[in-house]
Parts: sequence; structure tokens; C-alpha cells
Amino acid sequence: MIFRTAGQFKTSYEADQALFPIKQDFYLVLGVLLLAYVVFPLTASEFAFKALLVPVLIYSLAALGLNILTGYCGQLSLGTAAFMGVGAYATYKFMSIFPEMNIFVAIFLSGFFSAAVGVAFGLPSLRIKGFYLAIATLAAQFFLVWLFEKWAWLYNYNASGAIEVSTSSVFGITVTGPTALPIVQYYCVLIVVTLVTWFAINLTRGRYGRMWKATRDMDIAAELVGIKLITAKLTAFAVSSYIVGIAGGLLVFFWKGAAEPNLFDIPLSFQILFIAIIGGLGSILGNYLGAILIVALPVVLNLLPNALGIPIDSATLEHLNVMIVGALIIAFLILEPHGLARFYAIIREKLILWPFPY
Amino acid sequence: MNAFVADKALSSANPSADEDREVLLNVENVSLSFGGVKAITDISFDILKGEIRAIIGPNGAGKTSMLNVINGFYHPQEGTITWQGKVRNKIKPHEAVSQGIARTFQNVALFKGMSTLDNIMAGRSTRMKANIFFQMIWYGAAMREEIEHRKRVEDIIDFLEIQAIRRTPVGKLPYGLQKRVELARALAMEPELLLLDEPMAGMNLEEKEDMSRFIVDVNQEFGTTIALIEHDMGVVMDLSDRVVVLDYGKKIADGRPEEVQANQNVIDAYLGVAH
Repeated sequence: MIFRTAGQFKTSYEADQALFPIKQDFYLVLGVLLLAYVVFPLTASEFAFKALLVPVLIYSLAALGLNILTGYCGQLSLGTAAFMGVGAYATYKFMSIFPEMNIFVAIFLSGFFSAAVGVAFGLPSLRIKGFYLAIATLAAQFFLVWLFEKWAWLYNYNASGAIEVSTSSVFGITVTGPTALPIVQYYCVLIVVTLVTWFAINLTRGRYGRMWKATRDMDIAAELVGIKLITAKLTAFAVSSYIVGIAGGLLVFFWKGAAEPNLFDIPLSFQILFIAIIGGLGSILGNYLGAILIVALPVVLNLLPNALGIPIDSATLEHLNVMIVGALIIAFLILEPHGLARFYAIIREKLILWPFPY
Repeated sequence: MNAFVADKALSSANPSADEDREVLLNVENVSLSFGGVKAITDISFDILKGEIRAIIGPNGAGKTSMLNVINGFYHPQEGTITWQGKVRNKIKPHEAVSQGIARTFQNVALFKGMSTLDNIMAGRSTRMKANIFFQMIWYGAAMREEIEHRKRVEDIIDFLEIQAIRRTPVGKLPYGLQKRVELARALAMEPELLLLDEPMAGMNLEEKEDMSRFIVDVNQEFGTTIALIEHDMGVVMDLSDRVVVLDYGKKIADGRPEEVQANQNVIDAYLGVAH
């Protein structure tokens, strides 16, 4: 009843190909946006911003980038964190060379650096596939993190070897640095994420999306319908690394405030990959669902025993978290390879037909 | 089936029509081998503009290899291929598409995770031009282009009577419909020459009749030249204007269906020879 589509007729291809062909989808997204833009900022505490909302947004953006490469184009990558690092270090260099630069301009420009690096490390994909490609991207992971450590110019010859975010402001409002308010940073991240998500949706439903999906589903046939595999794969690497790079910039400048090279080590890559898998490969929505699950789980696990009065020490909780995430990944790979997003799709399909079974 | 077969018989009963037709594709002395295995040996034949040309032969005769040579997937060691009057150099499959050669596959090669509509739209990728920044914004150039191509694709969907499965992921479709979607995707490329590799394999009689009808319609309404590999002799003899017969990578006969049918080499190849 809620999702009744009867009576919503389309009389033009424009209407049929609209972003929300069904009215209810539009209201749903509107509701989520209202929640994100109005309700959360009004109600959330500083802890909620720092530990839940901002990380969820940044992780889902990174997962979105990875999903374009792995979920849409079928090219497995284990170098996500390193590409995030490229974005972060490029933003840092922009901000230290041009201190007056608008931080958003710096972040969006840095995306081009990580896109270029992504394309360079994506070149092997023209020859190798699957696990072998994953190993090749692993090379990017180790090489780039090594570079972040050894190339002192990148962190302005700091004695600590870390990059630290200086205070910067946009339109007179402090957005980065220790004095920035969490709510301001949350809004900054939210706007960037909303914009990039919209771009990603448009890309994946258009010509490029079809090229990527065709490459994923059957690369030989894709070639024989006239799709250049080199273009399809390298654009996927470029777009993916661009988004991942932006996520890296946001991670350091709007959340962590400082970063050492080991932040961009392989555990972060795996975490992003898990978000994409649990959320659903080949879907945009899945990244958000996956990120919510992965970020919220440790927080909930931390609060739950106290609330229930069960004494568990924090080390055990940490282990428990790892175990649950591991079990979830195995469960998803076996039971629902398309992840949480697929659950949503099934529920939506059922709701459209409800109360009839089919 | 009978009505159009009679029609076809009439049109091919007029031999003078063939002689004025220009040669679309000419294959001359082509040989292809993989290491020591000779897939194709010294084959020559031509495909005239607007005809239905069948390539038949027993299993392993080199029919599919021949199609792969034509659309640039394999590169023959010897021989020349002339396309629309120009000798063709070594080309890549996607270049063959932009020159106007499309094909379907023996084993359905659709993009399983995509809907029927997306599969067919993918066939038009080479014709779409809006760059990645316009695509990101969607409104404007990208949307106009998308709609313009959607119209063409919808025409093909109407033509092949697959409106009902527009939004269905092709992995969920029955085999006969998948074959039809594959034909639709090839048609979306608006080819000059359409290569069909066993379009009726594994189909029941009704599906075969439908497919035959579509092939003849494509040929007559769009004027598309068709080269077809098929094992169902009834279909081959009814549909095609001319037939080339391969056996063990060599050409053993070439001509009108009735000539080929009467050819002793062909009978021997199919039925075997008494020793």
C-alpha cells in the first residue's frame, strides 16, 4: 500500500528515466535528507558527530568509490586506503602551498591526483584480472604508504612525520583545525557526500555505468559490442580513485585532524572493502548501509554491556567486534552476495505488491 | 512460417537480382591456424549486400572461427578481407563494430546483471558521445542523448516484441528470450552486416519460427545483410539466399540452397562416405 505504484504513468522517456521514477522513492530520499540535514544536527551530541555521523559519511564515500571500481566494473582493488592517502596528502600540500585556498577547492583538486595515481596503478588491469589484479593493487598499497613515509616533502619535513591540519575557514566560518565545531564539519562533509553521490548515480545509470557493468559481466562480449575495454577500465579506475581521494581528504581534514602514513595502511583498505561487500557490490545505497553497520557496531557494542549491566572489558569488546564483523562478511558472501542493498530491494519489491504475494 | 517462406522462394527465384548487388564483404584465401591446428584453410567467399548468407558445416568445420575472423576477433595468418571495397587491415573487434559489423554468439553472451533495456542500450555505447562531466550532471546533453538513443532502442524492442521484459535482468529470462535480447543488442548497433552464430540453437519449434520471422524481417525491412551459422537445415534452406559449406576448415561447396543440397561433397560431409 505504501509503495503502490499504480496510477503513476510515464508519458515521456524523460519521466521514465528520472532519478526517482516512483514518487515514494522521492519522498523516502527526501525524508533521509531531512534527517541528515535538519534532524541530526539539531539533536546530535558532539560525541555522535565525531564517532558516528562524520565517520559514516566518510567511510560510505570511500566505499562508494571502491564500489564503482569493484562492484560496477568488476575490478578488485585492495589499494583503496593508499588512494585515500594520495587525496589526503595532496590536499595537505595544496593547503600548505596556498594557505588562502578554499579547502573544498583543494579537496576537489586533490581528487585529480589520486585519479591519476589510480589510473597508473590500474594499467595492469588491461592484462590481468581477478585475484592477480588484486595483488597488483596491493603493490600500490605498499608502495604509496612507503612513499608517504619516506618522501619528506609530502609532510613538509615535519619531525614527527605526520601531517597536521591547520585552521582554515570558508566565508568566515572555521571549518578545519582544532577550533572547528563538529556540527560545521559535519555539514561540510554532508554537502560533499551528497554532491558526489548524485554525480555517482548519474554516472552509473548512463553510458559509463553500462560500459562498466558490461565489462564486469562479460568482457569479451563487451568488446564485441564496441566497448573499448581500455576506456571502460581506466575510467572506472579514474572515477573510483577520484572519489576515494576526496574521501581521504575529508577523512584527515574534517575528522581525524592529523594523520600518520600508517593510517592509510591495509586495514583501512580492508575496512572499506568490507563495507562495500556487506552493503552490496554494484549498488550506491549499499555503501551507506554498510558504513552505518560497520561504524555503528563497535559503538553499540561499547555502550550495550554497560546499559545492560554486564561487565566486559574493552579489549574483549574489541575482539568481539572483529569476530562479529568477520562472521557477518562470511554470512553475507554465502547468503546474500549482493549485501544489505539487496535486502532493501527485496523489501521494496514486496511492498509494491503488498498485500498480494505476487 | 510457410507464408514468408513462399515469399522468400519467390524473391530468390529471380536470379538477376543477385548479379547487380555489390559485394559487401569479400574473403580471399584466408587461412587461420592455432599452433599446429589449422582451423581455416584457404577459404574464399563473398557476401553480397542485402542477402542472407548461410555458413554451414559439421561440428568443428571452422564456421565460428570464420565469423571471428570477419569481426576482427581472430587475425588470419594468410589471406585478405575486403570490406565495402576496401582491403581491411588487422582490426580490433570494437573497430569492426564502428565499421558496421555486429554479431550474436553461439552461447548467449549477454550482460547478466543488467536489464534487457540496459543490455540493448549497451549496444549503442559507441554512438554515444556526451563526455563524463556532462554524464555526471545528467541534465542537459547527457539526458538528451540518452533519450534520443532510448527512442531507437524502443523501436527495436517493439520490433522484437520484448516490451514486457524491458526491466527484467536478463539472467532471469528463459533461453529463447535471451537469444532474442541478444539479437536486439546486435540490432541496436545498426549494423551493415549482422553475424548470427546459431541463432536457433536449443530452441523449440515455435521459438525457431519466431526467430526465423525476425531474421527475415530484419533483412527485408532494415536491409541488413546477414551471415548466419545454423545447424537446422530446414531453416537454412528456407531462409538463405546462398550457402557456403565448410568441412575440416575447407570450403567444399558454395551456391544456392538447392545447388548445395544436391552437391555430392556436401552429402558426403554430412552423411559420411562408404569405405
